[in-house]
Amino acid sequence: MAYRVVVHKPQDDVGVAVSDLEPGESLEAYVLENGERIRIKVLEPIPLGHKIALRDIPEGREVIEYGEKIGCATAAIPAGAHVHVHNLRSLRWSA
Amino acid sequence: MNQLTGYRRPDGKVGVRNHVIVLPVDDISNTAAEGVAKLIPGTLALAHPYGRLQFGEDLELFFRTLIGTGRNPNVAAAVVVGIEPKWVQRVTEGIASTGKPVEGFSIEEQGDLRTIAQAARAAKAFVQDASELEREPIGLNELVVSIKCGESDPTLGVAGNPALGRVVDRLVDAGAAVIFGETSELTGAEHLVAARAATPEVREAFLETYRSYVAFIESQGVNLLGSQPTEGNIRGGLSTIEEKALGNIQKLGTRPFQSVLKPAEAPKGPGLHFMDTSSAAAEMVTLAAAAGSVLHFFTTGQGNVVGHPIIPVIKISPNPKTVRTMSEHIDVDLSRLLVGEMTLEEAADAIWEVFVRTVRGRLTAAEALGHREFVLTKLYRSA
Repeated sequence: MAYRVVVHKPQDDVGVAVSDLEPGESLEAYVLENGERIRIKVLEPIPLGHKIALRDIPEGREVIEYGEKIGCATAAIPAGAHVHVHNLRSLRWSA
Repeated sequence: MNQLTGYRRPDGKVGVRNHVIVLPVDDISNTAAEGVAKLIPGTLALAHPYGRLQFGEDLELFFRTLIGTGRNPNVAAAVVVGIEPKWVQRVTEGIASTGKPVEGFSIEEQGDLRTIAQAARAAKAFVQDASELEREPIGLNELVVSIKCGESDPTLGVAGNPALGRVVDRLVDAGAAVIFGETSELTGAEHLVAARAATPEVREAFLETYRSYVAFIESQGVNLLGSQPTEGNIRGGLSTIEEKALGNIQKLGTRPFQSVLKPAEAPKGPGLHFMDTSSAAAEMVTLAAAAGSVLHFFTTGQGNVVGHPIIPVIKISPNPKTVRTMSEHIDVDLSRLLVGEMTLEEAADAIWEVFVRTVRGRLTAAEALGHREFVLTKLYRSA
């Protein structure tokens, strides 16, 4: 079956929606590196290409994608939430 | 029909197109260059806004880009037009050492109209001669190509770039030279790129290039928030420069890179090479072409439409919305890879098939649509 959410590495905090996701949907994210499936419930609309939190991420914590740091959470992010510029900022350039 | 064919130039280098270009040396010679191209069908004027009162490294880059573009093996012959004889001569001689036909004309002391008449005569003869050149079988190990992504979004990191990375590995293993760049878009992944350097010296040269780039940004008292990621990237789902860079480097494949090139500097051997470039699409492709790239692979998420006057740019997209809404720009549709309905190997095969057809002469979407962005990189303001 076609993937809905793809995850690069097992240790990643976020997955990438590869189709538009609707709140209330329950689905399995596919981990590219090892073929694992991660069960996740979608909390809010997430457009294709955008990120979904795979687990609860506390405010201030580094966020991992590709097994690497992609930034820092600027708010507490619950599993299933949309992760983007409203709750994630770069660690490299600061405002 | 998998045999690659191309044009072997007098210096032995191999091109996949057969253009006759009219190259203005400076901004004020664009009108004359375009006048020649209007008179002689089959020529292409490469108008640009620079070439006056540049100095130092910026001037050196300017000449390297102009001369490199004329030297590119996709160019059969070049007519050079400029206001002053000395700089016309410098560009003309730089191209002439390839052995290909080139003639230079200066506007001073005679005006546009007489210059156009003389240059058009040369251009007419070059077009006729170029029309007689024939394609012949060529090898992958004779090709220089380049790669970049643009209007990126996370679908590239998932699908488009890993697929292109497989193609890059195949090309490198076959002895081709592959140029990548985009210095600013390695931010957050520079440690992973550095680890891919072929030798400690190359690694240090790469890190030095990266550090001096960051130092330049900081010396301006600014940062790249608001520019990197771009508004288009953010709309597509990229949140930070680190995330963009980590997706970007998926297209580099897995082989070590052999050297660090200055902008528009030609690679000295086969394999993967890093060039210090802007991440802006047309600037990067223009620098790669000036370094001898004869074909460019371009992955796009949200849909970048860039092309180049003399090198084909193959557009690859895994984003199903982009493939649908901007279909006329996309050469390779990898939307099935994005959702796991195609393997990476099948995706690499799909890119490869279009690559072979493009080398053999099929026009890319950008070529058919007339995208001919020729955008010079300027390092600082003129005197």
